[in-house]
Order: sequence, then structure tokens, then C-alpha cells
Amino acid sequence: MKPHKAEKNRISKRGLPQWEYLAFIAAVCLTFLLCVSVGTVSLPWSDVIHYLSDLVFGTEHEYAVASAPQIMTVRVPRVICVALSGMSLALCGCSMQGLLKNPLAEGSTLGVSSGAALGAIIAIAFDITVPFLSLAGATVMAMLFAFGSIMLILFLAYRLDYSLSTNTIVLLGVIYSMFISSIIMFITTFASEKIRSITFWTMGSLQGSTYTEALILLVVLVIFGTVILTKREELNAFAIGEDNARSIGINIRRTRLIILISVSALIGTCVSIGGSIGFVGLVVPHMTRMIVGPNHRRLLPATLFSGAVFLMIMDLIARVIMRPRELPIGAVTSLIGAVLFVFIFAGTRRRDA
Amino acid sequence: MTLLELRNVGVSYGDLTILKDISMTLNSGEWLMVVGPNGAGKSTLISAVSGVAPYTGDVFICGNDRKAMKARDIAMCIGTLSQSHNVGYSFSVRDLVGLGRYPYRKGIMGGRDENDEMMIETAIGEVGLAELADRSLLTLSGGELQRAFLAQLFAQDPHVLLLDEPTNNLDLVYQKEVFDLLRNWVTGKDRAILSVVHDLGLVRAYGSKALLLNRGETAAYGDTEEVFSDDTVNGIYRLDVRQWMKKLYYPWVAE
Repeated sequence: MKPHKAEKNRISKRGLPQWEYLAFIAAVCLTFLLCVSVGTVSLPWSDVIHYLSDLVFGTEHEYAVASAPQIMTVRVPRVICVALSGMSLALCGCSMQGLLKNPLAEGSTLGVSSGAALGAIIAIAFDITVPFLSLAGATVMAMLFAFGSIMLILFLAYRLDYSLSTNTIVLLGVIYSMFISSIIMFITTFASEKIRSITFWTMGSLQGSTYTEALILLVVLVIFGTVILTKREELNAFAIGEDNARSIGINIRRTRLIILISVSALIGTCVSIGGSIGFVGLVVPHMTRMIVGPNHRRLLPATLFSGAVFLMIMDLIARVIMRPRELPIGAVTSLIGAVLFVFIFAGTRRRDA
Repeated sequence: MTLLELRNVGVSYGDLTILKDISMTLNSGEWLMVVGPNGAGKSTLISAVSGVAPYTGDVFICGNDRKAMKARDIAMCIGTLSQSHNVGYSFSVRDLVGLGRYPYRKGIMGGRDENDEMMIETAIGEVGLAELADRSLLTLSGGELQRAFLAQLFAQDPHVLLLDEPTNNLDLVYQKEVFDLLRNWVTGKDRAILSVVHDLGLVRAYGSKALLLNRGETAAYGDTEEVFSDDTVNGIYRLDVRQWMKKLYYPWVAE
């Protein structure tokens, strides 16, 4: 009997089993319905279902709340953008934590998010645009600055401490973020007429997101998310150690570059649409790893789903906790993320000692 | 059959020369011990062959120039075991050993076939970790962890093992276990081992050839018995090695 049991066990460890996929998808759908129905004005479930069926199947329903269609026109694209941002940011955090073998690596702790925000802000303050695509200027600048920030921090980290220890990277990320925020303050001083949209980028909010933005997020996530998912075995090896990855025949430089470019593209897009929403990439992979384990075959897909659920709930909290006033979502995630950061950091310190 | 060949290999960092003009060959069935005092360049030699340190000269792996080879093809010929392992996440033993099959995977989605699965299970069994196959690496003792990494190498099934102090910090019983496993492994077809070992007792008990380094240069190279002649060793270690060994082990061997 015993070998048979081991056999079953092994197969279940390969990827996420089907029922887990179904459970995650169900969780995402339920959270989505909850988030579009609750808000400054809460709608009954029947109106939500009616609106979605009108939207997708072209039916025509009566609504219990007369203003339901107007409310939903604003709320649905926003929640979709929130879910897609959550997926992207969580996936980025997860892959950086694997790649750098560092449970604290994440867009905001590495200074990548602030770098991307600086790129977007420069594009706004100096009116840098891509011809024919007015939105793209900020997006492209955010991507470029995200990639530049990662490369700069990793370069400095390698020069200072070849083993890329947790403390060195986090310290550099913090210093880099401070440096970037001082530059942002300089720019704000000189471009005071654009201060409102600049503040938006540093705080992070998905208020007023459109279907166009959702489409941009989706396309970038499909392309670069797929790239990251094909690198899951490589991420496992990096998470065990760079020397081990080299020994089993992984092309270290190329793999690292591909993953970093994908991460920059994802973070750059998220920041250009929702501003810098901190700590999502730290909190979500950490919690997901506790449920499904560290193997990226399971962890990466699970992180996508839990990232969507987590950020939708955070956005809901931001919308309703002080209603009718709305908090920036970045403030809510950072509050929770900062507390968890301390716990994880304490955990890694204990292990190192 | 020549599995690994170094021709005039040198490693320098800026003005600092760590290795100079090293030439050697490793044929199937041989276990070459790289020895020498601290700072002789032993670990750097491993780094150069495994691809961590940039080198001058030529390294031929299974007959091919290393610089022209793909990472995967290198991994099918040589596998490296590091000196110490600092594992960060709670991967299971089976996860770790399974990674050894990476060079053989088909397509980017990396499916494994029955042969891969069998190699993984066999390797775990060989190092005696079958009972612990689903345990987290974080819960293993130093000896178990080293054997888990060794199982990964066995699953990878390369022709040459590069080992940097494979039993550093291990208790005697694990030391013996690991060395016996390796001695058994090297008897397989077209296999050889190149290892850095500090303990001259182990070197003479298990090695078939030796490369004695001193300040980055070859001091002696050949069969173990030739390399460890009193004249050569005493000068380099600045100690009467034979006398010291006698004194060290006398309490254990005297009846």
C-alpha cells in the first residue's frame, strides 16, 4: 500500500490540482461580485447579476435601485482593473522573491515602484508623450524607469555584497526609494500646476479606471505573465540558490534578464494606471506560500488568484471604511504590508542567526 | 575516455592572480583530489570549471570547449556541489532532487517522463532519504541536507562531479557515508570526480589522483602516491606531515 500512497502524493505535488483551480476561480468570482455590489451606495445582488447579464448578453432587466446602471458603469471597470493589478503585482513580487531568494523582495521594497512612479511623473510634468497614444507616454516611461531601477539596485548590491543578502538589498531599496521621493519633491515644486495628478501617482488609486485601462493591463499580464509562468522551474532553482541553478544547467544571466524585464513591464504598467500600490507583492506571495508551499509550479498560479482577491478586498476597504470619503488604496495596502514586513523580517533574521 | 581537460588555465581578479597555468586531465574512473594549503586556489579551480569565475586558457568538458557550450549541455556533463547550502524556502527533498532533471526536460513547460521520475526516486533512495522525501529542507540536519543535494546530482546523472569540500562540517559517520556513496558512484560507466578535500587522511583513502596546488600554481600532479612524497608535501605545508599524522592518529591506532 505504501508505494501507492507515495505515488498519489507525488502527482498532486506537480501543479495545482483541478479542484484547487476551481476553488480559486470561485473565490475570485465571489469577491468580484461582492466588490461591485458594495460601495458608497450598495446594490442588491439581483441588480448586479442583472447588470452583468445586460452587459454581456445584451438582455434588458428592471433594476431595484434606479441608478444601478450608472453606478455599475463606473464600478465594474474599476474592480476589473483592481483585480488585474493585484494579479500583476503579486506575480511580480512572487517571481522577485524566487529570483533573488529573498522573501522581502518586492516592487516597493526594492524601490522599483517608486522608480516607475518617477518615470510616470516625469512624463506628466514634462509632457512626454508617444505620438498617437496619449496614455502611452506615462506607461512607457514607467516601464523604462522600473527596469532601470531594478538594474541599478542589483548592480549596486552585487558590488557591495556578492551574496545578495536580504539586508543589503532591502537597505539599498529603502535608500533608493528615499532618493527617488526627494527627486519627486523637486519636480513637484517646479511643476506645481500638475500637483494633483502627481500626488495621485505617489499615493496609488484606481478610482475612475476605464475599460481601456483594463484592456492594457490584461494584454500586458497575458504576455509577460505567460513568460514568467514558463520560468517556474528556473525560479525554483534560483529560490534554492544561484549556484544550484548554475549546476543544473540554467542560463543564469539570460533567465534573470528575462524575468526582470517581465517584472518591469508588469510593474510599470500597473504604476502608470494605478499609481504605486505598495506591499501587494510582499503580502500576497507570503500568505499564498503558507497555503500551497514554495514550489513555483503551484505558487505562481495560486498567487495570481490570491493577488486578485487580496487587492479587490483592499480596494473595497479603501472605498467603504470612511464612506462617503475614499482612501487611497496604496495607503491601505501599505498599512497592512508594513506590519507583515516586520514579521517576515523577524522570521528571516531568526533563521540567519 | 577523457571527461575533463584543463589547458593552461588561469584566473585573475584585476592585478591579483589566483590561479596560474593549470593543466590537467580527468579520465573516466578517476577520482582527482585537489589539495593544498589555504589560499592555494583550490576552490577557485572549481569555480572556473563550474562557470562562476572567468578564466583564461581552455577548459574542455566531455571533449567540447566550455566557452562554446550551452548551459544545459554543460550540466549533462558536469554537476557541482557547493561547500555550504543556505536554503531559504521550505522546498521538499523531492522538489530539490527533481530539479536535477532540468537539463533533460522537453519543451519550455518542462514535463517529466517516467524515466525522469524513476531517476529521482532512485537517487533519493541511494542517499538513504526515502523516508524523508516529502520533508522540508529547512527541517533537515546538515548531513541530511548535504545528502539531499548529492541526490540531486545523482538524478542529474552527469559524467563528472565537481565537489568543493563535500563533507565540511559533517560528523564522521556522515563523512564516511558521503565518501562511500561517491566511491560507489564513480565506478559507473564514464564517470569521474574532481573534489577539493582538506583532510589529507580522506584524500589518500579515497583519491586515485591528486593535484597539489601552492599559491595558485601546480606543485605536483599525478597518482596519489607520487604526489604525497615527503619532500613535496613537507615543503608546501611547512610541516613534517608524516610525523604529524602519526602523532595525530597514534591514540586511535595503538592497541
